[in-house]
Amino acid sequence: MKKETLKYAFIQSLPVLFGYVFMGIAFGILLEKAGYNFIWAFFISLIIYAGSMQFVLIGLLGGGMGLLSLIILTLSVQSRHIFYGLSFIEKFKAMGKWGWYMVFSLTDETYSLLCGMKIPKELNEKEVFFTVAALDQSYWIIGCTLGAIIGGFIGFDTTGIDFAMTALFVVIFIEQWYSYQSHLPALVGTVCGAASLFIFGASAFILPALIASVCLLLVFKNSIQQGENPEVCQ
Amino acid sequence: MSSAILTPMLVILVVAACTFLTRFLPFALFGGGKEVPAIVKTLGDLLPAAVIAILVVYCLKGVSFMVPPHGFPEFISVGIVALLHIWKRNNLLSIGGGTLAYMVLIQMVFI
Repeated sequence: MKKETLKYAFIQSLPVLFGYVFMGIAFGILLEKAGYNFIWAFFISLIIYAGSMQFVLIGLLGGGMGLLSLIILTLSVQSRHIFYGLSFIEKFKAMGKWGWYMVFSLTDETYSLLCGMKIPKELNEKEVFFTVAALDQSYWIIGCTLGAIIGGFIGFDTTGIDFAMTALFVVIFIEQWYSYQSHLPALVGTVCGAASLFIFGASAFILPALIASVCLLLVFKNSIQQGENPEVCQ
Repeated sequence: MSSAILTPMLVILVVAACTFLTRFLPFALFGGGKEVPAIVKTLGDLLPAAVIAILVVYCLKGVSFMVPPHGFPEFISVGIVALLHIWKRNNLLSIGGGTLAYMVLIQMVFI
Protein backbone atom coordinates (compact mmCIF):
# COMPACT_ATOMS: atom_id res chain seq x y z
CA MET A 1 0.00 0.00 0.00
CA LYS A 2 1.21 3.47 -0.79
CA LYS A 3 2.15 5.84 2.00
CA GLU A 4 -0.11 8.52 0.50
CA THR A 5 -3.09 6.16 0.75
CA LEU A 6 -2.49 5.57 4.44
CA LYS A 7 -1.92 9.28 5.07
CA TYR A 8 -5.10 10.28 3.23
CA ALA A 9 -7.16 7.55 4.93
CA PHE A 10 -5.79 8.49 8.35
CA ILE A 11 -6.62 12.19 7.95
CA GLN A 12 -10.12 11.35 6.69
CA SER A 13 -10.71 9.03 9.61
CA LEU A 14 -9.48 11.40 12.36
CA PRO A 15 -12.96 12.42 13.54
CA VAL A 16 -13.84 8.74 13.90
CA LEU A 17 -10.57 8.20 15.78
CA PHE A 18 -11.67 10.59 18.53
CA GLY A 19 -15.25 9.39 18.54
CA TYR A 20 -14.41 5.67 18.55
CA VAL A 21 -11.56 5.78 21.05
CA PHE A 22 -13.63 7.67 23.58
CA MET A 23 -16.87 5.80 22.95
CA GLY A 24 -14.85 2.58 23.06
CA ILE A 25 -13.30 3.58 26.39
CA ALA A 26 -16.79 4.24 27.74
CA PHE A 27 -17.83 0.75 26.59
CA GLY A 28 -14.72 -0.86 28.07
CA ILE A 29 -15.27 0.81 31.44
CA LEU A 30 -18.89 -0.40 31.58
CA LEU A 31 -17.95 -3.90 30.48
CA GLU A 32 -15.23 -4.12 33.09
CA LYS A 33 -17.70 -2.96 35.75
CA ALA A 34 -20.04 -5.77 34.65
CA GLY A 35 -17.27 -8.26 35.40
CA TYR A 36 -15.68 -8.88 31.99
CA ASN A 37 -12.02 -7.98 31.51
CA PHE A 38 -10.14 -6.50 28.55
CA ILE A 39 -9.83 -9.86 26.75
CA TRP A 40 -13.62 -9.88 26.41
CA ALA A 41 -13.56 -6.23 25.30
CA PHE A 42 -10.99 -7.09 22.62
CA PHE A 43 -12.94 -10.01 21.17
CA ILE A 44 -16.31 -8.25 21.31
CA SER A 45 -14.96 -5.23 19.42
CA LEU A 46 -13.16 -7.54 16.99
CA ILE A 47 -16.05 -9.79 16.01
CA ILE A 48 -19.22 -7.77 16.70
CA TYR A 49 -17.94 -4.24 16.03
CA ALA A 50 -21.12 -2.23 16.60
CA GLY A 51 -21.53 0.82 18.81
CA SER A 52 -25.00 0.87 20.25
CA MET A 53 -25.47 -2.92 20.09
CA GLN A 54 -22.34 -3.50 22.16
CA PHE A 55 -23.70 -1.27 24.89
CA VAL A 56 -26.96 -3.23 24.84
CA LEU A 57 -24.95 -6.45 24.88
CA ILE A 58 -23.35 -5.73 28.27
CA GLY A 59 -26.64 -6.43 30.01
CA LEU A 60 -27.20 -9.64 28.04
CA LEU A 61 -23.86 -11.41 28.52
CA GLY A 62 -24.96 -13.19 31.65
CA GLY A 63 -27.60 -15.06 29.66
CA GLY A 64 -31.22 -15.11 30.71
CA MET A 65 -32.60 -13.86 27.42
CA GLY A 66 -33.88 -16.55 25.09
CA LEU A 67 -32.10 -17.22 21.82
CA LEU A 68 -35.01 -16.04 19.69
CA SER A 69 -35.43 -12.80 21.67
CA LEU A 70 -31.69 -12.20 21.41
CA ILE A 71 -31.81 -12.64 17.63
CA ILE A 72 -34.85 -10.39 17.22
CA LEU A 73 -33.37 -7.72 19.50
CA THR A 74 -30.08 -7.66 17.63
CA LEU A 75 -31.73 -7.61 14.22
CA SER A 76 -33.96 -4.70 15.21
CA VAL A 77 -31.19 -2.62 16.79
CA GLN A 78 -28.98 -3.23 13.75
CA SER A 79 -31.68 -3.09 11.07
CA ARG A 80 -30.57 0.32 9.81
CA HIS A 81 -27.42 -1.30 8.43
CA ILE A 82 -29.52 -3.07 5.81
CA PHE A 83 -29.89 0.29 4.09
CA TYR A 84 -26.21 1.23 4.14
CA GLY A 85 -25.04 -1.58 1.86
CA LEU A 86 -27.44 -0.43 -0.86
CA SER A 87 -25.09 2.45 -1.71
CA PHE A 88 -22.03 0.23 -2.08
CA ILE A 89 -23.20 -2.97 -3.78
CA GLU A 90 -21.24 -2.45 -7.01
CA LYS A 91 -18.16 -1.05 -5.31
CA PHE A 92 -17.77 -3.75 -2.66
CA LYS A 93 -18.50 -6.44 -5.25
CA ALA A 94 -15.62 -5.10 -7.32
CA MET A 95 -13.29 -5.39 -4.32
CA GLY A 96 -13.26 -9.21 -4.35
CA LYS A 97 -12.27 -10.79 -1.04
CA TRP A 98 -11.59 -7.38 0.49
CA GLY A 99 -15.27 -6.67 -0.11
CA TRP A 100 -16.19 -9.18 2.62
CA TYR A 101 -14.37 -7.09 5.18
CA MET A 102 -16.03 -3.95 3.83
CA VAL A 103 -19.46 -5.55 4.32
CA PHE A 104 -18.56 -6.65 7.85
CA SER A 105 -17.11 -3.28 8.86
CA LEU A 106 -19.81 -1.00 7.43
CA THR A 107 -20.71 0.86 10.64
CA ASP A 108 -22.59 4.18 10.80
CA GLU A 109 -19.33 6.09 10.93
CA THR A 110 -17.46 4.15 8.23
CA TYR A 111 -20.52 4.44 6.00
CA SER A 112 -20.56 8.21 6.53
CA LEU A 113 -16.85 8.55 5.76
CA LEU A 114 -17.10 6.45 2.60
CA CYS A 115 -20.04 8.54 1.42
CA GLY A 116 -18.39 11.85 2.26
CA MET A 117 -14.91 11.30 0.82
CA LYS A 118 -13.77 12.97 -2.37
CA ILE A 119 -10.81 10.73 -3.13
CA PRO A 120 -7.97 12.37 -5.10
CA LYS A 121 -7.56 10.87 -8.59
CA GLU A 122 -3.99 9.65 -7.97
CA LEU A 123 -5.14 7.29 -5.20
CA ASN A 124 -6.72 3.86 -5.64
CA GLU A 125 -10.30 4.07 -4.38
CA LYS A 126 -10.46 0.45 -3.25
CA GLU A 127 -7.30 0.78 -1.18
CA VAL A 128 -8.58 3.98 0.40
CA PHE A 129 -11.93 2.34 1.25
CA PHE A 130 -10.27 -0.68 2.82
CA THR A 131 -7.73 1.40 4.74
CA VAL A 132 -10.39 3.72 6.14
CA ALA A 133 -12.54 0.75 7.20
CA ALA A 134 -9.62 -1.06 8.85
CA LEU A 135 -8.37 2.10 10.62
CA ASP A 136 -11.85 2.75 11.99
CA GLN A 137 -12.11 -0.74 13.44
CA SER A 138 -8.63 -0.52 14.92
CA TYR A 139 -9.62 2.71 16.74
CA TRP A 140 -12.68 0.95 18.11
CA ILE A 141 -10.73 -2.12 19.28
CA ILE A 142 -8.09 0.09 20.90
CA GLY A 143 -10.75 2.18 22.66
CA CYS A 144 -12.77 -0.78 23.95
CA THR A 145 -9.72 -2.71 25.16
CA LEU A 146 -8.12 0.37 26.72
CA GLY A 147 -11.34 1.27 28.52
CA ALA A 148 -11.54 -2.17 30.12
CA ILE A 149 -7.89 -1.92 31.22
CA ILE A 150 -7.78 1.59 32.62
CA GLY A 151 -11.28 1.51 34.06
CA GLY A 152 -11.99 4.63 36.03
CA PHE A 153 -8.43 5.99 36.24
CA ILE A 154 -8.77 8.77 33.68
CA GLY A 155 -7.28 12.04 34.95
CA PHE A 156 -9.47 14.66 33.30
CA ASP A 157 -13.17 15.00 32.75
CA THR A 158 -13.93 13.62 29.31
CA THR A 159 -17.68 14.10 29.61
CA GLY A 160 -19.07 15.22 26.29
CA ILE A 161 -16.14 14.19 24.10
CA ASP A 162 -18.40 11.73 22.30
CA PHE A 163 -20.04 14.80 20.75
CA ALA A 164 -17.31 14.38 18.10
CA MET A 165 -19.57 11.80 16.50
CA THR A 166 -22.52 14.19 16.30
CA ALA A 167 -20.21 16.85 14.88
CA LEU A 168 -18.94 14.39 12.26
CA PHE A 169 -22.47 13.70 11.06
CA VAL A 170 -23.29 17.44 10.97
CA VAL A 171 -20.17 18.10 8.87
CA ILE A 172 -21.05 15.31 6.43
CA PHE A 173 -24.60 16.61 6.27
CA ILE A 174 -23.30 20.05 5.20
CA GLU A 175 -20.83 18.53 2.70
CA GLN A 176 -23.64 16.52 1.11
CA TRP A 177 -25.85 19.58 1.10
CA TYR A 178 -23.23 21.31 -1.06
CA SER A 179 -22.62 18.38 -3.41
CA TYR A 180 -26.20 17.42 -4.19
CA GLN A 181 -28.14 19.83 -6.37
CA SER A 182 -31.40 18.63 -4.89
CA HIS A 183 -31.71 19.07 -1.13
CA LEU A 184 -34.85 16.97 -1.04
CA PRO A 185 -33.15 13.73 0.21
CA ALA A 186 -31.56 15.59 3.12
CA LEU A 187 -34.85 17.30 3.94
CA VAL A 188 -36.75 14.01 3.68
CA GLY A 189 -34.31 12.45 6.16
CA THR A 190 -34.54 15.38 8.56
CA VAL A 191 -38.35 15.49 8.53
CA CYS A 192 -38.77 11.69 8.73
CA GLY A 193 -36.17 11.49 11.51
CA ALA A 194 -37.74 14.24 13.60
CA ALA A 195 -41.32 13.07 13.01
CA SER A 196 -40.46 9.46 13.78
CA LEU A 197 -38.60 10.47 16.95
CA PHE A 198 -41.68 12.41 18.05
CA ILE A 199 -44.06 9.52 17.30
CA PHE A 200 -42.04 6.43 18.26
CA GLY A 201 -39.65 7.80 20.88
CA ALA A 202 -35.87 7.66 21.19
CA SER A 203 -35.48 3.90 21.41
CA ALA A 204 -37.44 2.87 18.33
CA PHE A 205 -37.44 5.71 15.80
CA ILE A 206 -34.64 4.78 13.39
CA LEU A 207 -36.30 1.97 11.48
CA PRO A 208 -39.63 3.78 10.89
CA ALA A 209 -37.65 6.87 9.85
CA LEU A 210 -35.64 4.86 7.34
CA ILE A 211 -38.69 3.11 5.90
CA ALA A 212 -40.58 6.40 5.58
CA SER A 213 -37.54 7.98 3.88
CA VAL A 214 -37.24 5.12 1.41
CA CYS A 215 -40.93 5.43 0.51
CA LEU A 216 -40.77 9.22 0.10
CA LEU A 217 -37.55 9.06 -1.95
CA LEU A 218 -39.16 6.51 -4.28
CA VAL A 219 -42.18 8.79 -4.65
CA PHE A 220 -40.04 11.86 -5.36
CA LYS A 221 -37.24 10.15 -7.29
CA ASN A 222 -38.15 11.54 -10.70
CA SER A 223 -38.25 15.14 -9.55
CA ILE A 224 -35.03 14.69 -7.53
CA GLN A 225 -33.01 13.12 -10.30
CA GLN A 226 -33.52 15.96 -12.73
CA GLY A 227 -30.33 17.97 -12.42
CA GLU A 228 -28.84 15.61 -9.91
CA ASN A 229 -25.09 15.65 -9.42
CA PRO A 230 -24.16 11.98 -9.81
CA GLU A 231 -20.75 12.29 -8.15
CA VAL A 232 -21.79 11.40 -4.63
CA CYS A 233 -21.95 7.83 -3.43
CA GLN A 234 -22.84 5.92 -6.53
CA MET B 1 -15.75 -25.01 29.97
CA SER B 2 -17.84 -23.37 32.67
CA SER B 3 -21.08 -21.62 31.79
CA ALA B 4 -19.61 -18.36 33.16
CA ILE B 5 -17.47 -18.35 30.03
CA LEU B 6 -19.59 -20.37 27.63
CA THR B 7 -22.81 -18.36 27.99
CA PRO B 8 -21.27 -14.95 27.25
CA MET B 9 -19.35 -16.49 24.37
CA LEU B 10 -22.54 -17.85 22.82
CA VAL B 11 -24.33 -14.52 23.31
CA ILE B 12 -21.43 -12.70 21.64
CA LEU B 13 -21.42 -15.11 18.70
CA VAL B 14 -25.18 -14.78 18.15
CA VAL B 15 -25.02 -10.96 18.30
CA ALA B 16 -22.01 -10.98 15.94
CA ALA B 17 -23.80 -13.25 13.46
CA CYS B 18 -27.00 -11.17 13.49
CA THR B 19 -25.02 -7.94 13.11
CA PHE B 20 -23.16 -9.34 10.11
CA LEU B 21 -26.45 -10.58 8.66
CA THR B 22 -27.92 -7.05 8.62
CA ARG B 23 -24.79 -5.70 6.93
CA PHE B 24 -24.70 -8.57 4.43
CA LEU B 25 -28.39 -8.61 3.46
CA PRO B 26 -28.27 -6.03 0.63
CA PHE B 27 -25.33 -7.89 -0.92
CA ALA B 28 -27.09 -11.25 -0.57
CA LEU B 29 -30.19 -9.83 -2.27
CA PHE B 30 -28.55 -7.79 -5.02
CA GLY B 31 -24.99 -9.06 -5.17
CA GLY B 32 -23.78 -12.17 -6.97
CA GLY B 33 -23.59 -12.08 -10.73
CA LYS B 34 -26.93 -10.33 -11.11
CA GLU B 35 -27.34 -6.79 -12.34
CA VAL B 36 -28.47 -4.46 -9.55
CA PRO B 37 -32.05 -3.34 -10.29
CA ALA B 38 -32.34 0.30 -11.37
CA ILE B 39 -34.63 1.17 -8.49
CA VAL B 40 -32.10 -0.13 -5.96
CA LYS B 41 -29.33 1.87 -7.64
CA THR B 42 -31.48 4.98 -7.47
CA LEU B 43 -32.19 4.36 -3.82
CA GLY B 44 -28.47 3.80 -3.18
CA ASP B 45 -27.76 7.22 -4.71
CA LEU B 46 -30.48 9.13 -2.91
CA LEU B 47 -30.45 7.42 0.47
CA PRO B 48 -27.10 8.61 1.93
CA ALA B 49 -28.22 12.24 2.32
CA ALA B 50 -31.41 11.11 4.05
CA VAL B 51 -29.59 8.59 6.25
CA ILE B 52 -27.01 11.15 7.39
CA ALA B 53 -29.85 13.50 8.33
CA ILE B 54 -31.46 10.68 10.33
CA LEU B 55 -28.13 9.96 12.04
CA VAL B 56 -27.89 13.61 13.10
CA VAL B 57 -31.35 13.23 14.64
CA TYR B 58 -30.17 9.94 16.18
CA CYS B 59 -27.25 11.67 17.90
CA LEU B 60 -29.59 14.29 19.33
CA LYS B 61 -32.34 11.86 20.32
CA GLY B 62 -31.52 12.05 24.03
CA VAL B 63 -32.04 15.81 24.14
CA SER B 64 -35.01 16.90 26.22
CA PHE B 65 -36.53 20.33 25.64
CA MET B 66 -38.73 20.12 28.71
CA VAL B 67 -36.02 19.83 31.37
CA PRO B 68 -33.01 22.12 31.86
CA PRO B 69 -30.75 22.78 30.01
CA HIS B 70 -33.49 22.38 27.35
CA GLY B 71 -31.07 21.14 24.69
CA PHE B 72 -29.11 24.41 24.65
CA PRO B 73 -25.62 22.76 24.87
CA GLU B 74 -26.44 20.42 21.98
CA PHE B 75 -28.01 22.99 19.69
CA ILE B 76 -25.42 25.70 20.41
CA SER B 77 -22.65 23.19 19.65
CA VAL B 78 -24.32 21.91 16.48
CA GLY B 79 -24.66 25.57 15.44
CA ILE B 80 -20.95 26.15 16.10
CA VAL B 81 -20.03 23.07 14.04
CA ALA B 82 -22.26 24.24 11.18
CA LEU B 83 -20.99 27.84 11.22
CA LEU B 84 -17.33 26.78 11.45
CA HIS B 85 -17.85 24.36 8.60
CA ILE B 86 -19.71 26.78 6.32
CA TRP B 87 -16.99 29.36 7.06
CA LYS B 88 -13.78 27.32 6.64
CA ARG B 89 -14.91 23.88 5.36
CA ASN B 90 -12.17 22.25 7.41
CA ASN B 91 -13.46 18.98 8.91
CA LEU B 92 -11.09 18.87 11.85
CA LEU B 93 -11.63 22.52 12.79
CA SER B 94 -15.42 22.14 12.69
CA ILE B 95 -15.49 18.86 14.62
CA GLY B 96 -12.74 19.82 17.09
CA GLY B 97 -14.19 23.28 17.74
CA GLY B 98 -17.73 22.01 18.16
CA THR B 99 -16.71 19.17 20.48
CA LEU B 100 -14.58 21.46 22.65
CA ALA B 101 -17.46 23.94 22.85
CA TYR B 102 -19.84 21.13 23.86
CA MET B 103 -17.49 19.86 26.59
CA VAL B 104 -17.08 23.36 28.01
CA LEU B 105 -20.84 23.95 27.86
CA ILE B 106 -21.87 20.77 29.69
CA GLN B 107 -18.98 20.75 32.18
CA MET B 108 -18.84 24.43 33.09
CA VAL B 109 -21.78 26.44 31.77
CA PHE B 110 -24.94 24.33 31.94
CA ILE B 111 -24.16 22.30 35.03
